[in-house]
Amino acid sequence: MAITADRHTTIRVLLFASYAERLGRELLELSVPPDTTVGQVLELVREMPGGDQLPRHPLCALNLAHVGSDARVGPGDELAILPPLAGG
Amino acid sequence: MPYLTDQPIDPSALLQSVESAERGGLACFFGVVRNHHAGRAVLRLEYSAYGAMAEAECARIVAETLARWPVAVALRHRVGRLEIGDTAVGIAVAAAHRDAAFAACRHVIEEVKRRVPIWKRELYADGTEEWVDPTRAGSGAEGQRGSEAAAGAGA
Repeated sequence: MAITADRHTTIRVLLFASYAERLGRELLELSVPPDTTVGQVLELVREMPGGDQLPRHPLCALNLAHVGSDARVGPGDELAILPPLAGG
Repeated sequence: MPYLTDQPIDPSALLQSVESAERGGLACFFGVVRNHHAGRAVLRLEYSAYGAMAEAECARIVAETLARWPVAVALRHRVGRLEIGDTAVGIAVAAAHRDAAFAACRHVIEEVKRRVPIWKRELYADGTEEWVDPTRAGSGAEGQRGSEAAAGAGA
């Protein structure tokens, strides 16, 4: 079944610290089909220049809360890909 | 309440904010910038954060702590450039008695390290700089869990 472009939703992907350096940017806007999972977004990001330097299973947060890779993204969501935390 | 600050953390102000006449046990923890990491001499460092989420995660940690122990909690984490000896994180907990104060204080620092999106870039004496990765072997960090374990932290 073909998914038409107008059914895609736009999400913001934030990159921080070492991951932002590896991809050379801190913000991506991606258009993804409905019901896309965090894991699928990660695969898209890993295909971008520098994306292969990200780990296969990084920490992720969706709308300011930690999530696993099976969480689904929706319109306007903010997905953050988090390098290993080093606070404290 | 802002948990992140780019200003020096004042230990006495933090303690005063949790003091009250019915709380006889005060515990605190201060994480201070040290001059070495994994065998290398550190000159200074810089903390950066995913600010909105760090604030939200700190608020969740404090709320969970208040639900679990009868305590008052104050928490601050510094961001920006820090020198050796600067306080990076400050936690003050007050309770009627010491057991709850110690337990809650320990809980807060462990959860901050495990869940709050803050990163640390160290500048070394040899002129190199590096993002600290506590999950990497030989980093010298203790008690750090791998990324897979931490992924479920918010659940």
